Amino acid sequence: MNRSMPAITLHDLTLGYERHPAVHHLSGVFASGTMTAIVGPNGSGKTTLLKGITGFLRPLAGAIDRGGLKPKDIAYLPQHLEADRSFPITVLDTVLLGLWQEIGMFAGMQRTHWDRVTQALFTVGLAGFETRTVNELSGGQFQRVMFARMSLQNAPVLVLDEPFNGIDQQTTADLLEVVRRWHAEGRTILVVAHDLALVRDFFPQTLLLAREMIAWGETRQVLTAAHLDRARTMSEAWDQSAAICRQEAA
Amino acid sequence: MSDPFALFIAPFGEFLFMRHALAACLALALGCGPVGMLLVLRRMSLMGDALSHAVLPGAAVGFLLSGLSLYAMTIGGAVAGLLVALIAGAVSRCTTLREDASFAALYLVAIAVGVLIISMRGTSIDLIHVLFGTILAVDDPALILVAAIATLTLFTLALIYRPLIVECFDPDFLRSVGGHGGAMHSIFLVLVVLNLVAGFTALGTLMAVGMLMLPAAAAHFWGRHFWSASLIAVVIAFFSGYSGLLLSFHCNLPSGPAIILVAGCCYAFSLLFGAKGSLLSRYRSGPHLTG
Repeated sequence: MNRSMPAITLHDLTLGYERHPAVHHLSGVFASGTMTAIVGPNGSGKTTLLKGITGFLRPLAGAIDRGGLKPKDIAYLPQHLEADRSFPITVLDTVLLGLWQEIGMFAGMQRTHWDRVTQALFTVGLAGFETRTVNELSGGQFQRVMFARMSLQNAPVLVLDEPFNGIDQQTTADLLEVVRRWHAEGRTILVVAHDLALVRDFFPQTLLLAREMIAWGETRQVLTAAHLDRARTMSEAWDQSAAICRQEAA
Repeated sequence: MSDPFALFIAPFGEFLFMRHALAACLALALGCGPVGMLLVLRRMSLMGDALSHAVLPGAAVGFLLSGLSLYAMTIGGAVAGLLVALIAGAVSRCTTLREDASFAALYLVAIAVGVLIISMRGTSIDLIHVLFGTILAVDDPALILVAAIATLTLFTLALIYRPLIVECFDPDFLRSVGGHGGAMHSIFLVLVVLNLVAGFTALGTLMAVGMLMLPAAAAHFWGRHFWSASLIAVVIAFFSGYSGLLLSFHCNLPSGPAIILVAGCCYAFSLLFGAKGSLLSRYRSGPHLTG
């Protein structure tokens, strides 16, 4: 993949709900092949931004240029999975869904597909779990299954919303290793994270959000005390009597 | 009566209406098993109940126009059920009201309209026929209709099996890969309505949902995967139909309630003794394993 080519460009983007902006006038580029952490306080618009990038939410204003990619070419792991973990589906079948773009609604499985699933499960440390149903898994094991599924999607852009929340240290380390491998393959990776130490250690790029952009760039230049203080003063609440925004595009 | 052949086989050999009823039960079981299982897994059991009541005004309009005509009442029922399903879906998508609430609101209106229409023209016997059905009066056209709906259901499920299962398990994922989750949901609702209409012709509007929900709820305690649970639901539904018909024949009971009561007994048995998640499995203690 060409790192100089922008993967996703935000043009004066405003995203929100019922006309109230959750992300306000955001412009910038997630360059191809970069790995960016998106950080900020609760309610700062991180999840909203990911929903916009993945096409789940339409912009209130501005635009998202996905560099020729369709929303379905972007692999997305939401924060609060709507997945029904009581559903009687096996780990094998769940991971196989990662091949959706190749097999679609009707195509049958080839031998190579099974091999890839087995390999993906091995990579996330779940070899031997194939026939278990997902309701028999712990939270960490289920997250490993989601990573295995994402591996198979073979998407050029991977978007993960707080994937390490509620996950133990060993599982986090294992899953970070998987993310590192994706990055080494030249994929563009966007991860919402709250653990600043982890972000400093692991992510070269960071976007600090507080309903608007506080800073975006090299992690050590973004996560400064001044920037973090500014982000903390963000107002979470909507102004119910807010006037119409007249701000010009940057 | 002690002869097993006379008890279990002869009623179907001797009487055409019993054979018709048994064939209708088999067709109903084949369609209702997997559809009911999906309703249970999607936590839509009560929506199935609401939809079964929503069929009533359409059937009533058919009855008003053509008397006790199977086709008129079936078409009317299907149209009313589909209309309620589509309106409820549209309301939940376009407003903040959730789908279960809009279903509840619409079915209450529908059942009131239905009873009102029937009472304007029919007698209480007609009302009882519409509400409780008469599976022993299933004739050739009714049988063909029920069988056609079962066939359509199985073919459609085979066609959309993969996205439908994903839509149940992880709707966000299906949406992210452009899998047309909304269309799958709508097709599924159409299948629910069609199977309710099939059940309605045999068991009446009040009992139709019984064949859909009770075998599926019972099978939930036995099947580990969707396909195995669906298969078990089909077996339980057919067993309920067969046993209910025999019970009705030998004890001179109304057939519809007899079938549903047998299905209810299967549910109670599964609840107590089922292989997974039942009361027995909860309190049964055995030696622990090594790993």
